[in-house]
Amino acid sequence: MMPEPLRVRSLRRETADTFTVSLDVSDRPGGFPFQPGQFNMLYAFGVGEVAISISGDPARPGELLHTIRTVGSVTEALRRVGRGGRMGVRGPYGRPWPLEQARGLDVVVVAGGLGLAPLRSAILHLLRHREAYGRVSVLVGARTPEGLLYRRELDRWRADPRLKVLVTVDQAGPEWKGHVGVVPALLRDVEMEPSRTVALMCGPEVMMRFTVRELERQGVPDSRIHLSLERNMKCAVGFCGHCQLVPLFVCKDGPVLSYDRLRPFINLREV
Amino acid sequence: MPEAVKERFVLSVEGLEALLVALRGDGWRLMGPTVRDGAIDHAEIRGVVDLPRGMTEVQEAGTYRLARREDGALFGYSVGPRSWKHLLFLPKLRLFRAHRQEEGFQVEPESTEPPRLALIGARSCDLHAIAVQDRTFLEGPYKDPDYAARRERLFVVAVNCGQAGGTCFCVSMKTGPRVTSGFDVALTELLEGGHRFLAEPGSERGAALLARVGAVPAGEPDARAADAVVERTARSMGRAMDTTDIKELLYRNLEHPRWDNVAERCLGCTNCTLVCPTCFCSTVEDTTDLLGGVAERWRRWDSCFTLDHSHLHGGSVRHATRSRYRQWLTHKVASWWDQFGTSGCTGCGRCITWCPVGIDITEEVAAIRATDGARPGA
Amino acid sequence: MASPLPPLEEHPFLRGLSPEQVKAIACDVREVSFPAGALLLREGDEAHSLFLLRSGRVSLELTVPGQGPRQLESLKAGDILGLSWLFPPYRWHLDARAVEPVEAFALGAACLRGPSPEHPVLEPALAMRLLRQLYERLERVRMQRLDVYEAAR
Repeated sequence: MMPEPLRVRSLRRETADTFTVSLDVSDRPGGFPFQPGQFNMLYAFGVGEVAISISGDPARPGELLHTIRTVGSVTEALRRVGRGGRMGVRGPYGRPWPLEQARGLDVVVVAGGLGLAPLRSAILHLLRHREAYGRVSVLVGARTPEGLLYRRELDRWRADPRLKVLVTVDQAGPEWKGHVGVVPALLRDVEMEPSRTVALMCGPEVMMRFTVRELERQGVPDSRIHLSLERNMKCAVGFCGHCQLVPLFVCKDGPVLSYDRLRPFINLREV
Repeated sequence: MPEAVKERFVLSVEGLEALLVALRGDGWRLMGPTVRDGAIDHAEIRGVVDLPRGMTEVQEAGTYRLARREDGALFGYSVGPRSWKHLLFLPKLRLFRAHRQEEGFQVEPESTEPPRLALIGARSCDLHAIAVQDRTFLEGPYKDPDYAARRERLFVVAVNCGQAGGTCFCVSMKTGPRVTSGFDVALTELLEGGHRFLAEPGSERGAALLARVGAVPAGEPDARAADAVVERTARSMGRAMDTTDIKELLYRNLEHPRWDNVAERCLGCTNCTLVCPTCFCSTVEDTTDLLGGVAERWRRWDSCFTLDHSHLHGGSVRHATRSRYRQWLTHKVASWWDQFGTSGCTGCGRCITWCPVGIDITEEVAAIRATDGARPGA
Repeated sequence: MASPLPPLEEHPFLRGLSPEQVKAIACDVREVSFPAGALLLREGDEAHSLFLLRSGRVSLELTVPGQGPRQLESLKAGDILGLSWLFPPYRWHLDARAVEPVEAFALGAACLRGPSPEHPVLEPALAMRLLRQLYERLERVRMQRLDVYEAAR
């Protein structure tokens, strides 16, 4: 439960309010192993802790990456730590994306906004073990073109024949040559065999609910639709009680949860 | 269920004092019931002298009053406002200190040697509550080190309840009134035919202690008298809760109009969660000294009745009182089963007694059961 | 672009209809193409056609004074474009620009509406399909309107 101070190796701005921080784990034997979809608690000295997904390549534990959106005092303080400073880290926590169970199946990755951060690790894993999976599609949505994460990497993925990458934004000026519209609308262009498809999804809850509905309409089984949820978290280990979603602790039962477990609760108000 | 008479002893009031003295001599701090601030509370005691002799209480929804009883009973009450929770799961705990250094900071873990506590007069509901909290803090994938350390240093002298409080319903929750596990010595106070205690060891060290203080084997009549005390208590529960399929009942009634009804009464004051012996929510506070050189992280009790509890950047997930009360009650008697394989309610009745507006968990569950499946506006 | 584009009756909007129904709906049909950047519809112009997109992408645009054109939604192969011919005054109320070269069928509005412009009688199959397209578009607009990526701020 103690944060381990790690040096900020580099800090890169992604969008107006997000940045990616690389932490130095060279002093740790074996680096910082994690599974795609897991998160860490990041601590800003004297300010507080916040749960942040790990965005790096799971096959390269020597590099610990987090993409952080500055939305409050803790994330703002983490940004101010700057290169060479230290932030506290404890983790990794939570259940990962079910990439083993997805072997042999078509995979649809659906990311909205900052939701691409925890899915980046999954995409890198899928690319590294590409032959183990069927068709792999990556759908990415953001509010505006400027709000897209990892734009250079997105371009690289788009050029990669092993992936089908579809990007959409809610609003755009005339200079944007890509798609405009909501994420579920992209599903029509995805090649998959619905009954043999696994969906991995992270983004605003409303976006995920609409996307789930479209996936269900197309025949993807509930048990193969996986959502990464966000809830208030203080401890990350199932003690503090904050992240409960009726029977589930998002920190230890999630953050990745299959839709068949979520369905009884996710459409209820204020649970 | 009556047990064999073997392993049952009789202890006089003097014998009890000897037992307490022996425990103190062995280095245990005695924590027991004592009259304080108009209630029978758990605090440090010296011996029999500090016990609430001749005192009892009257409990009802939203009501707690001390009262006298004529028989000089030492444990003649049911449960006070506090269980033992605050001794194991501290209301406020420093998790670590961090020191700023030239390059970043260093974290200094807490090293505490918790006290060895002897709980005197623990009731069955509260011992069940400790077992329930064990599942949260010790039996999951992670262990809470502070709780674990405190939990290891306990000696338990339990008491079988000689009376049921007005808000008690342990019989419904199958948590009492007879103490069945988690104790070193269990006492039943016998008042007729001479003030004495029937004592049963629950552990080897409990048996050794009884032998040391000269407890004599109990005869059949005393054993039967003790059983009669517990049976009478079991028959006089102030409340009852029908727990048949209770998880499914609540899960299928998450949109029941009763939640709106209770929200009109609930003040969101958090009293129920504070007095509840199983509520485990906590939050953290981070502070720095004035120079910013030393930072501390504290954990303190939290309540699902606060807006901050479900706060996400931008707003609270459970904004309405209705949602927060629903979270508390549903968690307590339904989702707790999914999470920990047990009910989160022990039937101690504290949430009923200490609710300033007298909201009664048994009444709320009964109201939902009576109109199972009702929908808002129906 | 090796494979030829599917014929009219294979367009998702018409797929599954009987040859008679297709004939009734598409009594006046032209194959049209637009280079990238061209306007398929221009706000204020007469709404004369229903476009069935066969390839490429079209952006629905609205010009906001001071901000220039804003892209509202993309439409692509399989989508339909242009419904303002349904009701008077039969004027486009958006711009639609080809973002990529576009191939489409243009179905003549006069024939779609039926013999009497004042009281259009739509082929029932056409009416249901238009309704469905409109409903799906409404769902998308609702979601877009929620501004989900910013809602948490």
